[in-house]
Amino acid sequence: MDFYLTALLQGLCFSALALGIYISMKIFNIPDITTDGSYTLGAVITAILIKHGQPTYITLISVILAGGLAGALTGIIHTKLKINALLAGILVMTALYSVNISLMGTSNLPLINVPSIFTLINISANLNYNTFWILSAFVIVITLIIGYLLKTDFGISMRATGNSESMIRSLGVNTDRMKITGLALANALTAVSGYLVSQQQGFTDISMGIGVVIIGLGSVIIAETLINWLKITSIWLSLLLVLGGAIIFQFVLAITLDIGVNPNLLKGVTAIFVLLIVSLPRISFKGNQND
Amino acid sequence: MIDINNLNKIFNAGQPNQVNAVNGIDLHIKSEDFLVIVGANGSGKTTLLNLVAGSVFPSSGTISIDSENVTKQPDYQRSRSIARVFQNPMSGTASDLSILDNFRLASIRTKSKGLSIGVNDTFKNQVKEKISTLGLGLENKIEQPMGTLSGGQRQALTLLMSVMDSCKVLLLDEPTAALDPRSADIVMRTAEEIIRDYRLTSILITHNLKDAFNYGNRIILMGEGKIVKDLEKDQKSALKQTDLYDWFG
Repeated sequence: MDFYLTALLQGLCFSALALGIYISMKIFNIPDITTDGSYTLGAVITAILIKHGQPTYITLISVILAGGLAGALTGIIHTKLKINALLAGILVMTALYSVNISLMGTSNLPLINVPSIFTLINISANLNYNTFWILSAFVIVITLIIGYLLKTDFGISMRATGNSESMIRSLGVNTDRMKITGLALANALTAVSGYLVSQQQGFTDISMGIGVVIIGLGSVIIAETLINWLKITSIWLSLLLVLGGAIIFQFVLAITLDIGVNPNLLKGVTAIFVLLIVSLPRISFKGNQND
Repeated sequence: MIDINNLNKIFNAGQPNQVNAVNGIDLHIKSEDFLVIVGANGSGKTTLLNLVAGSVFPSSGTISIDSENVTKQPDYQRSRSIARVFQNPMSGTASDLSILDNFRLASIRTKSKGLSIGVNDTFKNQVKEKISTLGLGLENKIEQPMGTLSGGQRQALTLLMSVMDSCKVLLLDEPTAALDPRSADIVMRTAEEIIRDYRLTSILITHNLKDAFNYGNRIILMGEGKIVKDLEKDQKSALKQTDLYDWFG
């Protein structure tokens, strides 16, 4: 049982990352690979600041700013230097590895017996339950903020930027600036996931970001499949499904481990699982879809 | 209203495939003029319109709108006075957004897009009222994604969207090229009404010589990036439809 509770906690931790990928991939239509780097960056900054006795809210603000900066950098390379978004993301992600290891000075920083966001309030005597309540509250607040943002005039402009660039430019929006802002927002959210995971698992590791983008993609793809299937147009429901996607994804991994699959094969299982979700709707609706 | 002086646009300058798309054009469009541009493919019509809109920048020459030199302004800045309808209905609207959200963006074309929610009941009713003037029954579908509508419906809505916020210049780039005759007719009539009611200065590019004949008070024929013929009001009304066909003969 505890095993699955941990999966749920992991899923909640990765919700911010899933929302970030939802913004870059679904709203802006940009495949952003900066994720692996900005996630680790968030975790690295968390570890360093907490080790130095900084309060958790200062840590959070710093993590958001750092992630935003990384995303903005990818955005600037993509829009101003006209470099393919995928390559721009890979460049920033690669450079971030050096930034992260230089900041940490070591490849692993344990966070044991230090105050964290999860020791802030004591709701339940059981550590896991306590973590669950705090994480849930945190995720609800983030979701409310993003949902509100997407409903504002600024948010509608963001959604239009990824949908019809010629239209939104003719309606007075600087699309380059909008994309930079969007990627900054997406990576700030990703870094927040790093912030949560490092505190939840009690350490930051330089390699913890490897392949983390697939968690975000998988969560968003699960959500997208359901969105298309149920013909959902509401922003709030879409965001809820993205959160659901992040949790489902962790449960699939937990089940895989639970039935005794070798942990070394976990990344392979992940890839096959994502492939399945992507391809299943296409196979079953083959007759009436043209794409 | 729109003053174009010695405007040139050269694509692939200095290369074997160099194209002088717009070649030293001087054009002065008076306020509330409705200019029709015709010309063969590759004559530079669309490039000229894109230059006016600001989505491409000239190699040399200047463009002024309402006595303001806008030559170096990108399209999203010129949108303060210019609204556009594109050839492709997809380009003028956002498919995944609801009709309502599309109209919301259009209603703040000249304003900043801030962090407040602008879609409220007052706005919804305003949009419904506007859309009902089309008589297409779309006023009850404003929550639907724009992508569920036909090309003709989308073009008609794009026209309405152009006057949701203050607008001086309307650019129509073959707005009916992708439409069936009936939808094309609705779109052109709507365009004419809007241009008249809001006293807009407008430019229409068209390959439909009937439209070129029926609409506008000035017509120019373009060829190889230059203005070949330029007929003002009286000359245009004296023009016969067959004369137009002869231009392409």
